[in-house]
Amino acid sequence: MCFQQKMIHSLFLINCSGDIFLEKHWKSVVSQSVCDYFFEAQEKAIDVENVPPVISTPHHYLISIYRDKIFFVSVIQTEVPPLFVIEFLHRVADTFQDYFGECSETAIKDNVVIVYELLEEMLDNGFPLATESNILKELIKPPTILRSVVNSITGSSNVGDTLPTGQLSNIPWRRAGVKYTNNEAYFDVVEEIDAIIDKSGSTVFAEIQGVIDSCIKLSGMPDLSLSFMNPRLLDDVSFHPCIRFKRWESERVLSFIPPDGNFRLISYRVSSQNLVAIPVYVKHMISFKENSSSGRFDVTIGPKQNMGKTVEGVVMTVHMPKAVLNMNLTATQGSYTFDPVTKVLTWDVGKITPQKLPNLKGIVNLQSGAPKPEENPSLNIQFKIQQLAISGLKVNRLDMYGEKYKPFKGVKYITKAGKFQVRT
Amino acid sequence: MLSLLPVQKLLRQLPAGPAGRPKKTAGGDTAEEVTSPVLATEAGQPTCYSALRAEELRPLATTKPMVATGTGPPPTLWRRHDDLKEMLDSNKDSLKLEAMKRIVAMIARGKNASDLFPAVVKNVACKNIEVKKLVYVYLVRYAEEQQDLALLSISTFQRGLKDPNQLIRASALRVLSSIRVPIIVPIMMLAIKEAASDMSPYVRKTAAHAIPKLYSLDSDQKDQLIEVIEKLLADKTTLVAGSVVMAFEEVCPERIDLIHKNYRKLCNLLIDVEEWGQVVIINMLTRYARTQFLSPNQNESLLEESAEKAFYGSEDEDAKDAKAEAASLAKRKPYVMDPDHRLLLRNTKPLLQSRNAAVVMAVAQLYFHLAPKAEVGVIAKALVRLLRSHSEVQYVVLQNVATMSIKRRGMFEPYLKSFYIRSTDPTQIKILKLEVLTNLANETNISTILREFQTYIRSMDKDFVAATIQAIGRCATNIGKVRDTCLNGLVQLLSNRDELVVAESVVVIKKLLQMQPAQHSEIIKHMAKLTDNIQVPMARASILWLIGEYCEHVPKIAPDVLRKMAKSFTNEEDIVKLQVINLAAKLYLTNSKQSKLLTQYVLNLAKYDQNYDIRDRARFIRQLIVPTEKSGALNKYAKKLFLAQKPAPILESSFKDRDHFQLGSLSHLLNTKAVGYQELPDWPDEAPDPSVRNVEVPEWTKCTSREKRKEKVEKPFYSDSEGESGPTESADSEPESVSEESGSSSSSSSSSSGSEEEDEDEEEGSGEQSEDKEEEEEKRLKRKEKEGSQKAASGSTGRYPLGRASRSPIPPWHPPHRSLGPSQLLSPAFGAVRTYELLHRMAGEGLSVEYCFSRRPFPGDPHMVAVQIQISNNTDAEVKSLRVSEPKPLSGMRIQEFPEIERLAPGDTVSVVMGIDFCDSTQAANFQLCTHTRHFYVSIQPPVGELMAPVFMSENEFKKEQGKLMGMSEITEKVTLPEKCRSDHAIVQQVTSAANVGRVPCGADNEYRFAAKTVTSGSLVLITLERREGAAAQLIVNSEKMVIGTMLVKDIVQALAQ
Repeated sequence: MCFQQKMIHSLFLINCSGDIFLEKHWKSVVSQSVCDYFFEAQEKAIDVENVPPVISTPHHYLISIYRDKIFFVSVIQTEVPPLFVIEFLHRVADTFQDYFGECSETAIKDNVVIVYELLEEMLDNGFPLATESNILKELIKPPTILRSVVNSITGSSNVGDTLPTGQLSNIPWRRAGVKYTNNEAYFDVVEEIDAIIDKSGSTVFAEIQGVIDSCIKLSGMPDLSLSFMNPRLLDDVSFHPCIRFKRWESERVLSFIPPDGNFRLISYRVSSQNLVAIPVYVKHMISFKENSSSGRFDVTIGPKQNMGKTVEGVVMTVHMPKAVLNMNLTATQGSYTFDPVTKVLTWDVGKITPQKLPNLKGIVNLQSGAPKPEENPSLNIQFKIQQLAISGLKVNRLDMYGEKYKPFKGVKYITKAGKFQVRT
Repeated sequence: MLSLLPVQKLLRQLPAGPAGRPKKTAGGDTAEEVTSPVLATEAGQPTCYSALRAEELRPLATTKPMVATGTGPPPTLWRRHDDLKEMLDSNKDSLKLEAMKRIVAMIARGKNASDLFPAVVKNVACKNIEVKKLVYVYLVRYAEEQQDLALLSISTFQRGLKDPNQLIRASALRVLSSIRVPIIVPIMMLAIKEAASDMSPYVRKTAAHAIPKLYSLDSDQKDQLIEVIEKLLADKTTLVAGSVVMAFEEVCPERIDLIHKNYRKLCNLLIDVEEWGQVVIINMLTRYARTQFLSPNQNESLLEESAEKAFYGSEDEDAKDAKAEAASLAKRKPYVMDPDHRLLLRNTKPLLQSRNAAVVMAVAQLYFHLAPKAEVGVIAKALVRLLRSHSEVQYVVLQNVATMSIKRRGMFEPYLKSFYIRSTDPTQIKILKLEVLTNLANETNISTILREFQTYIRSMDKDFVAATIQAIGRCATNIGKVRDTCLNGLVQLLSNRDELVVAESVVVIKKLLQMQPAQHSEIIKHMAKLTDNIQVPMARASILWLIGEYCEHVPKIAPDVLRKMAKSFTNEEDIVKLQVINLAAKLYLTNSKQSKLLTQYVLNLAKYDQNYDIRDRARFIRQLIVPTEKSGALNKYAKKLFLAQKPAPILESSFKDRDHFQLGSLSHLLNTKAVGYQELPDWPDEAPDPSVRNVEVPEWTKCTSREKRKEKVEKPFYSDSEGESGPTESADSEPESVSEESGSSSSSSSSSSGSEEEDEDEEEGSGEQSEDKEEEEEKRLKRKEKEGSQKAASGSTGRYPLGRASRSPIPPWHPPHRSLGPSQLLSPAFGAVRTYELLHRMAGEGLSVEYCFSRRPFPGDPHMVAVQIQISNNTDAEVKSLRVSEPKPLSGMRIQEFPEIERLAPGDTVSVVMGIDFCDSTQAANFQLCTHTRHFYVSIQPPVGELMAPVFMSENEFKKEQGKLMGMSEITEKVTLPEKCRSDHAIVQQVTSAANVGRVPCGADNEYRFAAKTVTSGSLVLITLERREGAAAQLIVNSEKMVIGTMLVKDIVQALAQ
């Protein structure tokens, strides 16, 4: 019989050493040998990051993602939007993360039955069915230590015995009958600065990407509306499905019935017209001497405009050229490590105090005889600034309708380095 | 329900047939035993049976050939499976569960557990829900291999299909349809048909999911399945929409005609469909639009002005239709966008802000393929946003951006910097970004881009450097201005330490030089020198070709290079050897004196080469260039052949023309047609008839979003609970303002969706306070007021014994003869009596209740407001024991119930009075109205003007009291009196209709005074209306109850304005 089958046919989970440690088929069984094409591509790619997400084989197409040292390889038979599959696989990984605290091989192996039950619910005949965490949690309870002990004694199950009414509701992201003794709503405004700074210290490219992550523990069916002092800052926004789009369009107010628990409310980009304040500067002197097997390395990090807040959690990572054998450095602050295998230098600086700027300085040992490296490595900087949204975004107020109690409301601002790179 | 019967019959019979097969293997009677218990037992099975069955079935399993399994020698495995079987046979759920868990773990690892089939399958009816679920998992995995035994489980699912709980029905259908056993195709077909008309939308969704499963099992069922799809496409719930379009796409994507009638509905539901469904629907609609509408870009210049403005944002369906017709009638050249085309574009746009990358991509491709050029730009921002996502998402998005950026460069130009490359990006991402940057390069930004490229060239990632060099080459060919700059830069790279970089530069330079060789002999000379060092074959071949081609520009060097190459010929790669032969031939033709011998030598070497290609080439060239007697006519043309002017290669993107594949598709990504790819059709020359999309009830198009829908839909007969939560059930299928006659039919149609009703009921309680609802309530009240006044005006019913004032002007004020104390309550003044609805006859199942404020003192208690209630029985049965119960007054509020009405005959109307102490607040009084069968929750909300009773005062008293109520207690408002409300009596009538107040005599003829006391606390309320010239007037209200004062001012102003 000849027929077409769409969407996701099978899923294989493969660890870094190439073991297939889980397989699930939604239609008829596809042999593991299909993964050989994947291994072939993986070998060709050298680097895990460079395995092409879509691989064409004679009878199937393989679409894969790489998350937390696991390859999620899905088998497709016919035309399907690749992003559809990729997005779904990431949703699967997110769900594992949500359920087991981590999305690792051990976690998956330890909870193989729950994993199987989850996959069964998430896809029907290869088409996504229930992907909302709230619905899934009604269907299959996440494991906890206590429950697993109780289960092993009483033989009771992880499968919720209540029926998943959420699937039928108008608001599939929220389950009914939520009850808390302390009603709380927390919003974390997290902004990340993506930047490329060139050799001379001028900014080639900088932009601010932000998200609002929420933790809502409110009883009943609260209807929230969140407004900003300066909503015009938000240039491009993507929403959780719970947000009423029209309300945002007309009033620039986020109005929504929230899911229960942790979720990402919006992510946004701050309009590019606004100049981005770069909170740190880096002075660097990296040089490799011609015909001698050594080089100099001298990096100083200092705070720039940061509105009186402390820059903390500063970490610098540098992928040194292959010719580098070892590094002898002294740090005036924090500690550094150099991995001679991966050639990655990591300097954990900590907090920057403007009085005494942290500095890392010393000698680079090169492989003798090897040509001097062409390029100086670029420096990747991470940092954190508490209590500050670098774009200046401010939450104005949060109102709740539909419930009578008074919730506790909290907003936290934090600025981080995103993809922050200094070219040298 | 009648249609169910044959189905059941068939279902009951079916399993017995196929189950007969094990008979042959397992032996006669036992098989009978095996099947019957499963069919007979209603819930769970007696353990004795299962034990017996397991015994009997074991030999059956052993006859199956053992399939090689993963680990361990077969004997141990065998034994272990035995112990699993024992656990499954036990009657302890915990043991069964443990066993099932181990089996599922085996399946997960890809180990074969098929020999456990008989032991597992009988647990399908197990009470423990987790065991059951795991058995399903097992069944779905192995049923295909053990079809006969799988049939034993079917009856369980058939029972499930009849379960009253929708979720159980759905899950039974899900598992049943997942068992890939061809013999149950008829059962599946019936089950799907039945589920497609299930009350629950969730079950219907599951039915839609089951359609492709059945189709893949037996494609002969197509025609029947299309019928089901057609039916489900007409479904109005968002839950079903995504799934049924998925089924449509798999079973009958060519039946585009099925979409016509549902097109507008799908467009309008789209925003509320779950995200995965959105992707499928958008992709399908893209294809649909390509077949049904005209290309928006055909008359670009004309388009800009005319069409856009006319249709943008036009909401009214009728107007739209009219315009569309006009447009199609006119059939003039200027392009006019079909309003349905516009509808699609407008309704998909908000989805660009979805958090789901697949949805964003789907909308982006829709805009790319369907939108007028001027509007495509909106997708750029969203696509750029996706570049922050996981690297796999970036990979796919960049591929699509690369294709788009060739066609529509301007769109991404503002985001140029977002494509800058970081050293930490994976190589495949870097190369794609490079592609996009190159596509975006133009005269204005090229210098920035080249500066950026310079940084890239020093990267440690050599593949990336090579790609950068190629990108520079492409920029140089595309933008003439920078060609020299690029060339110089590339020449500098020739002295790079890294051979790969040099080689790539050589290749690119070769291509660039071909465009203007004469000016660049220096570079060619420089490159000739490189042959000593460069080992990369492609680069060597390129240099040789260059020298050969332009040997006239470097007459001295060329023969020398050939000499060197002849020396190393045998060690060269094939590609280089071919170019050596080529060079030799060209030199022979131009400079045979110096190179004749060398050429002979090279050709001789080539003659004995291992590679036949090279041997062939050598033979061919020798014949062509070396004149012999036999050599034919071609010899003369050898020089022309070899030294012909060759066109310069065009360096173009590998993404050029990829957009003939639908963007975002797998085929586009792979650049080959994937299996099952649906070609994106070209725009038609003539638009097909747009009227095919007309539906009888055009309300759809009006409600494009949750919000709008909320505002517009007035459903007086349901609780309006739907509003707030964003309805899944798009209730707007029903006519917007339902007249009373059609009401009954609409209420019965609502019962077809059981779950919604439940939802509504739940929400009814909780959502009461929501603002929107109040708004709606208000609207409703207003309408009712109108109705009420109309009814009153007609006066023919005679239902209102008090209604004498309904139309007639208020009687002129007669000062009372007796002098009364200042606080003497007056008999009520009658304005137009308004009736309000308490219970509509639809909601009350035939019982309709209206109320009005009679404005008489309530006999029992002076602090209560008298509410006259009129109850009509429109049913055809007697209503008994009508009474008020369980009043739930807010604090302080009191309700004096009316005496129970024993019986109310059909068609009769009775009027009763009840008293309510509202505590001088406009809060609603909630209570239940009970009949012998039903309870109705009702509430009475008084207008502020009804919370008071008129008092008599003299002018002096009025002034004195007014003097006490100054400052905060005084509220002043300017009023403009409309034309018809300037006469004395009109003003008085309006004020007294708005509030239950008495007129106070007044000396001045441009002033009107009224006084009243609140019913509960007896606080004075004094109203003064002072007419100025023309329409202007000033309204002053003095009352120590400020809230009442404020509200009263509002009400009076409103009343006067009417």
